[in-house]
Amino acid sequence: MIEILIGFFGVLAVLCAVLVLVLRQPMRSSLALVGLMINLAAIYACLGAHVVAVFQVLIYVGAVMVFMVYTIMLLDERDKSYQQPFSKLLIPGLVAAALCTAALGCLVAGMETTTARAIDAGLFGFNRFSKVFMQNYWFHFELATVLLLVGILAAWTALKEARDEQG
Amino acid sequence: MDRYVLLVGLSGLLFSVGLLGIVIRRNLLVVMMCLEIMLNAVVLSFVTFASQNQNVSGAAMSFFIYVAASCEIALAMAIVVLLVKRRGSLDLSVHQVLKG
Repeated sequence: MIEILIGFFGVLAVLCAVLVLVLRQPMRSSLALVGLMINLAAIYACLGAHVVAVFQVLIYVGAVMVFMVYTIMLLDERDKSYQQPFSKLLIPGLVAAALCTAALGCLVAGMETTTARAIDAGLFGFNRFSKVFMQNYWFHFELATVLLLVGILAAWTALKEARDEQG
Repeated sequence: MDRYVLLVGLSGLLFSVGLLGIVIRRNLLVVMMCLEIMLNAVVLSFVTFASQNQNVSGAAMSFFIYVAASCEIALAMAIVVLLVKRRGSLDLSVHQVLKG
C-alpha cells in the first residue's frame, strides 16, 4: 500500500516538475512548484519522516514560495520572456537532460535492493527527532542561524546600495 | 524494485528536470524555481537514505538544506528585483553583458 502511494505521489511530483518547465507564466509555474513540494511532503509522510514533511510544507511552501509569489506580483507582467519562454539551448538541453537521466538510471538500476523495514514512526517523530537533533547538531544549528543573519544583511545591503544609486 | 530504489530514481529524475529547466528557460524567476526543484530532489535523496538506514542524520541534513534554501531565496529575489530595475526585463538574454 505504501509503495502504491509513493508511486502515485511520485508521478504527480514529476508531472508538476514538468509543468514548471512548460508553463509560460511564472505565477502558474510557481503554483506547479507548490504542487511538487506538497507531493514530496506526502512522500516523506509515507516514509514516516513526519518532521521533514511538516518542515517541507511550513518552510518551503509557507515561506520560500510565498516570498517568490510576492516577487512575481511585484514585477512587470509584460515581459519579453513570456512570448519566447525557451532559449536557443532547447535542443542541446533536452539531449543533455536525456543523457543525464540515462546515466542516473543506470546508476539506480545497479543499486542493491533492500527489504523495506517497518517504518519506525517514533524515530522521525518530533519528540525523538528534536532530542537527537539538539544533542548532536546544536552547533551546526547555531552556525545555520549565522548564515541566515549574513543572508539578511547581504539582501539589505544590496537593496540599500540600489536605493543610494537612484537618488 | 523496492521503494528506496524508486525514490532515488525519482530524485535523480527531478534533479535532471530542474537542470533542464535552468538551461532552457529564459525567465529569471522560472530559472530560480528550477533551482528549487534541484534542491528538493537532493532533500528527497537525503530523506530516502535516512529512512532506509533508520538514521536521523539525513533528516537533520534536510533541515539545514531548508535553512540554506531560505537564505538563498531571500538573496536571489533581492538580486532579481535589482536586475529588473536596472535592465527592465526578466529575460536572461538582456543580462548578457559579458560578450566576447
